Amino acid sequence: MQTFNFKVNGEERSVEGFGMARLLDVLREQLHLTGTKEGCGEGECGACTVIIDGQIVNSCLVPLGQVNGAEITTIEGVARNGELHAVQQAFIDHGGAQCGICTPGMVLAAVDLLKRNSEPNETEIRNGLAGNLCRCTGYMKIFESVVRAYQK
Amino acid sequence: MDHPIGKPVPRKEGRKKVTGQALYIDDLSYPDMLHAVTVRSPAARGKITNITFGGDIPWDEFTIVTAKDIPGANYVALILNDQPYLADGFVNHPEEPVVLLAHPDKYLLEEARRNVALEIEPQPPIFSLADSLAKKQIIWGEDNVFKKFLVDKGNVDDAWANADFIVEGEYETGAQEQLYIENNGAIAIANETDGVTVWGSMQCPYYVHKALVKLFGLPEEKIRIIQTETGGGFGGKEEYPSLIAGHAALLAWKSGKPVKMIYDRAEDMVATTKRHPSRTRHKSAVTREGKLLAMEIDFVIDGGAYCTLSPVVLSRGTIHAAGPYVCPNVRIHSRAVATNVPPHGAFRGFGAPQSIFALERHIDKVAQTVGLTPEEFRRRNFIHEGETTATSQIIRERIDMDHLLTRALELSDYHAKRERFARENNASNGRFSKKRGIGFASFMHGAGFTGSGEVYLQSVVSAEATADGKVRILAASTEIGQGTNTIFSQIASETLGLDFDSIEIVQPDTSHVPNSGPTVASRTSMVVGKLVESAVMGLKQTLAGSGLLPEKYSESEFKKACADYIAKFGSLKTSSTYQPPPNVHWDDEKYQGDAYGAYAWAIYVAEVSFDELTYEARVEDFVALQEVGRVLNPVLAAGQIEGGVAQAIGFTLFENVVWKDGRMANNQMTNYIIPTPADIPPIRVFFEENPYAYGPGGAKGIGELPMDGAAPAILNAIEHATGISFNQVPLMPETLIEAFV
Repeated sequence: MQTFNFKVNGEERSVEGFGMARLLDVLREQLHLTGTKEGCGEGECGACTVIIDGQIVNSCLVPLGQVNGAEITTIEGVARNGELHAVQQAFIDHGGAQCGICTPGMVLAAVDLLKRNSEPNETEIRNGLAGNLCRCTGYMKIFESVVRAYQK
Repeated sequence: MDHPIGKPVPRKEGRKKVTGQALYIDDLSYPDMLHAVTVRSPAARGKITNITFGGDIPWDEFTIVTAKDIPGANYVALILNDQPYLADGFVNHPEEPVVLLAHPDKYLLEEARRNVALEIEPQPPIFSLADSLAKKQIIWGEDNVFKKFLVDKGNVDDAWANADFIVEGEYETGAQEQLYIENNGAIAIANETDGVTVWGSMQCPYYVHKALVKLFGLPEEKIRIIQTETGGGFGGKEEYPSLIAGHAALLAWKSGKPVKMIYDRAEDMVATTKRHPSRTRHKSAVTREGKLLAMEIDFVIDGGAYCTLSPVVLSRGTIHAAGPYVCPNVRIHSRAVATNVPPHGAFRGFGAPQSIFALERHIDKVAQTVGLTPEEFRRRNFIHEGETTATSQIIRERIDMDHLLTRALELSDYHAKRERFARENNASNGRFSKKRGIGFASFMHGAGFTGSGEVYLQSVVSAEATADGKVRILAASTEIGQGTNTIFSQIASETLGLDFDSIEIVQPDTSHVPNSGPTVASRTSMVVGKLVESAVMGLKQTLAGSGLLPEKYSESEFKKACADYIAKFGSLKTSSTYQPPPNVHWDDEKYQGDAYGAYAWAIYVAEVSFDELTYEARVEDFVALQEVGRVLNPVLAAGQIEGGVAQAIGFTLFENVVWKDGRMANNQMTNYIIPTPADIPPIRVFFEENPYAYGPGGAKGIGELPMDGAAPAILNAIEHATGISFNQVPLMPETLIEAFV
């Protein structure tokens, strides 16, 4: 066991653990940030998406040892002081979420996309979200939510 | 919001979901909780001769449950009660649960699971419906048949002699994995004093309740089932949660501690239910003028090792097998058969996507044989108001399939594209290129339980007013992403003239909510929604009857009336029980009569490209036009259609379950592929609104319909593009290569 220090949603955190522990488990079980979901455990579905030092990653594939000193954003850190991010509001207003289990990852992927590209076209939206799978929506309402978010 | 029905009211629990605050089963934990795993059969069929607990494992720290620990009956109570909770001496499919383990350390638990050895003396299995029908082995009952139906209208045998053409065809569909993004899971607390409480991801709390009453041999009030936020269902959480809930509860009962059992993706894919594979044979008699004289349909589904829901899946598939056409003589013979694979189960569409796939491919073939276009042949045979379906149900709805077809073909620019693609495909002969095609399917989907099912269910919804004037809806119908919370709130808000936010949907918990029936069969909006409407109407009438509420009232007057009533009488609660619409008759023996109270009707048009170099078939554009009564919420309704079409595109072109000795070999998301954001064409959704008199606000069912039409529309389009008739799904590039090389 070792001690690892990093920031989560702007807050300094210190965690005891094994370097090869999955960041996903550390977030969910040790830090009780259960908004990050496990869908497949092998980096295919994107339900466990978080942002580490500005990079979007699947937290099921990130070992704890790799995040020492890093800044991590999870879904819990997207709204600020109770005010929703434009992407979150658009997902509510335009049907971007159904069962909601892919939603935290999808919202983070959309936030990350709009940070890199403030007005993505349809192809860019599709490619930007291609690492996140949804079984409910057929994606149409998710694409629309992203467009509405940047039009705001 | 005034009059929320018909408006795009935002999802009731949307904020929780977009902020990560919604709590799913794996997000919950209890002090002193144990984790749990299932040891499963490595063999497809055979006698369990020995179970050994080996390795360097501190076995005395583990709670271990086998069949002999079951306090009540060792079967999952459903239809035939043939499926054991834990195999007792004999296994009938790979991955069948045999031993359950619990321990506080989930990593040690995995190690332990690998060190339980099951010795099985193998017996010969069968893995295909053809082998099952041929009785290569008898593995279930006397003849491997779980259930059969015969629908017999008119006289098919006499019709062949009068036919100008007789057209035959055979069509197959494969298994489809559910792939809800949240795997199955449950948490249980159980002891002799308090009974059994289970929280879980599920569609039907009362199914789980019924099963656990038998499993524990306890009175109904000692079993409590609570649905937690559910990350997708699609039917995959209709019957399976009874199994995992029971397993968690057995371990909790024996250990005296809370037990959490969560499947990982590989286990969920390999062990839980999938869509029934099917084989359909059609033989049709047609006149030179293109009128259907007779349809003989043989429909078979592979039910897997235990009966589970196969009889009802078969029923729906059977009733939908002849589609939205009028034909004087129809015989449908259908069977659900046993194989030694994990039981297949409920999955959106519930048998109808299988039989409709066959029908709508076959109708294109019949049209071609007669020398008519797919459009013209259908127009000559569409059912109209006053005509009868295969079960002799007289259509009493104002339905105009011709109009739907005309509109869908316009929206998709079908005629121009059909002509242009044919011309361009011809011109490109000899060079590698992308061929294009366009095709469509016409179909209907019955909403609610089949025949007398809703009458047997006797669903109940309650509504309760609080002293501060809020209205709480109590129902066992679950929110699984499809919008139950929002739709029920819209109906209650509209009926009472109250603000949308004044309505609260109570968490489904069998100790609090009445049994409003399972969340299946496209019945939640239409059937249960109607009960919500009448239950809240009861509140209004009670208040008016007691003189506390004027005929026209404001929200604050309603709140005051509730407060006054509760001050005077203690509480205000009303309930509503299902009443069938008038003149609905169903004969369960002859399988004739009014199969469903209402149908949704649809035309789906697919445009495809086929790459001659890569053998990739892609859907480029998709138009989904449907008549579903009145649309209660356009955003949620379109979301249902888009999601269903996407699943159906996966079913058609992507999703291939690879079987090896009765076991899914590709039980990972790396090699079982569902459509990603990059794969899905624009899905353009259109509604034709025609209010249904017995649905709340005029609504009919919608959830399953979109699963039915895409597969045949896409294969009809691929035939247009390639000139080759493919009659099975999934249609993988490997099959396309074989057809060309």
